[in-house]
Amino acid sequence: MPAPAATAPTRKEAPAAPGPASGIRFDGVRVTYGRRGEHTVLDSLDLTVAPGEVLALLGPSGSGKTTALRTVAGFVQPAAGRVLIGDRDVTGLPPHRRGIGMVVQQYALFPHMKVAENVAFGLRARRTPRAEIPGRVAEALEMTGMAAYAGRHPRELSGGQQQRVALARALAIRPGVLLLDEPLSALDAQLRSGMLAELARLHRELPDVSILYVTHDQIEALTLADRIAVLDRARLQDCGTPQELYRRPRTEFTASFVGTANLLPVTVRADRGGVDFAGRQLTVPVGDGLAGGAAATLCLRPHLVGLGERPHDGGPGNTLRGTITEVQWRGATHRLYVSVDGHRVLADVPERRRTPAPGEDIALHFAPEDAVLIPAGLTEDGAHHA
Amino acid sequence: MLVPSKSARRAVHLLFFALFVPVFALPLLVIVAASFATGWSGALPSGATLAHYRDIAHGDALDALLTSVLTALAASLTALTAGTWAALAAEKRTRRTRRIIDALFLLPVAVPSVVVGLSLLVAFSRPPLLLNGTPQIVILAHTVLVTAFAYQSVTAALTRLDPAYEQCAAGLGARPVHVLWRVKLPLLLPSLTAAAGLCFALSMGELSATMMIYPPDWLPLPVQIFAATDRGSLFTGAALAVALMATTLLVLLGLSRLRTKASYR
Repeated sequence: MPAPAATAPTRKEAPAAPGPASGIRFDGVRVTYGRRGEHTVLDSLDLTVAPGEVLALLGPSGSGKTTALRTVAGFVQPAAGRVLIGDRDVTGLPPHRRGIGMVVQQYALFPHMKVAENVAFGLRARRTPRAEIPGRVAEALEMTGMAAYAGRHPRELSGGQQQRVALARALAIRPGVLLLDEPLSALDAQLRSGMLAELARLHRELPDVSILYVTHDQIEALTLADRIAVLDRARLQDCGTPQELYRRPRTEFTASFVGTANLLPVTVRADRGGVDFAGRQLTVPVGDGLAGGAAATLCLRPHLVGLGERPHDGGPGNTLRGTITEVQWRGATHRLYVSVDGHRVLADVPERRRTPAPGEDIALHFAPEDAVLIPAGLTEDGAHHA
Repeated sequence: MLVPSKSARRAVHLLFFALFVPVFALPLLVIVAASFATGWSGALPSGATLAHYRDIAHGDALDALLTSVLTALAASLTALTAGTWAALAAEKRTRRTRRIIDALFLLPVAVPSVVVGLSLLVAFSRPPLLLNGTPQIVILAHTVLVTAFAYQSVTAALTRLDPAYEQCAAGLGARPVHVLWRVKLPLLLPSLTAAAGLCFALSMGELSATMMIYPPDWLPLPVQIFAATDRGSLFTGAALAVALMATTLLVLLGLSRLRTKASYR
């Protein structure tokens, strides 16, 4: 596989990472709509995508994630702030001078061109020497496994194939930066997981390409991304590696959006040795940011909650008692909905011979180190930006 | 299609033919029959002769047909260019500007075409812009009258065009001109040919504005048809009308063939 070349011609100094890669930097980017800019769709975003990194912008619809991507592409002009690709400030540049590759949800293959012409489009537009074009087209189609379809029209291809061609079209220009805007959301679930693996393979083959990946699907983000930036209501909520966000979420929003979480309102005990929850004491590690008496949210992943009062190995544990309200069978696990003093607690327990039934009283336990405390003040915008 | 039961569907079909045949088809068939007729004493023309066609083939009818075709070609091409240009330009403007442009292009449709003809005659009858008595004033009048339709069809097609195509093309490094020629116009081609056909047909049949302005050496076919029937040569008029109809249909057919080639989805 050939090494992709960066397309930013005005770079003044060598980038930090080896190879001709360029990252992306959002520098206080703010986007507003409306005649007087009264609707803020993206609020002072500070974020860096390192060269060669896959960063997923994860958030619900309307969170501003697609807007952020479109400021990099040049389709949206920020009201304030700068966007940099590599070391080049591209804020005022029109889209065609930014040197990016882009794939959108609805593929947008040119219907009047054959697959090969679609892939060649970017090369022709950039005045690539004519002799080079067939080779580059073949290479891009090879990379995405679509070489056999070069002579077809887009309408003769399935959705997954069209998406591969769209990817080939974006990669043919050897962009330093690849923008993927919900690229898999138009595909059905099975195709999607196949394409996810394919994208991961492509990124291994093109380690210098920085990828900004917009998605509302946490599985896609967790699978593919080196880091995830969580957006909600126009603001960056949290940013970190998938493991960090999953194991140590900084906000309630992150906890509930990345994976499933039990979120229980607790108060830090005066001796800071644990917390009070609904009149009972729980032993959990209290972080430095929390003073005695402070309100906090205890975040606990359902699969880390076990059945019974104590763990089998007899280690330290916290016990919760409650009543099962609902049981969902999920193949390998049962998801129990348990009401603990009116608070809903989810527990994913391995399948067992006797299925617990709704109405049963039950004891649950969890290890202190599996619980994460989130300060109550950090539910909205308090996340520190990475 | 919207009617579920079989008998109801048959009734709807009957109603359609009951309205369509006498209002649309029959008059045209009668014209065709009249163009071959030797006499017309009963309800329908009778007899069979090619004499009328022989007459018009020797007269100046061929010139008039050529004049009509040339006028229609020039007018529809100019109108298509201007209309497409305006539609593309209006797309990038604010909503208010767009509405003003829409209204301006609607003006020639809203104003009776006789008035359009008269106003052009009055406006261009004095130097330095002396067009009165030239073929150009006829072409100009037709252009003014059909540009609105070109503008409207292209505007409608543009609003249906997914902006993702344009954006993807720009993202891939295509300059705006490249995007226009390689992506937007090819995607608009079906609508452009449809608009061209509409403009051509409208111009081929235009009479009222033309009557106000045509010079003696640039006499389009509709004017000649009117003149022929006006002086009582009904059969000649019918033969001329058939020639006009056939030519227009032929051009439209050719355009629609082009269109099927150009439609992708």
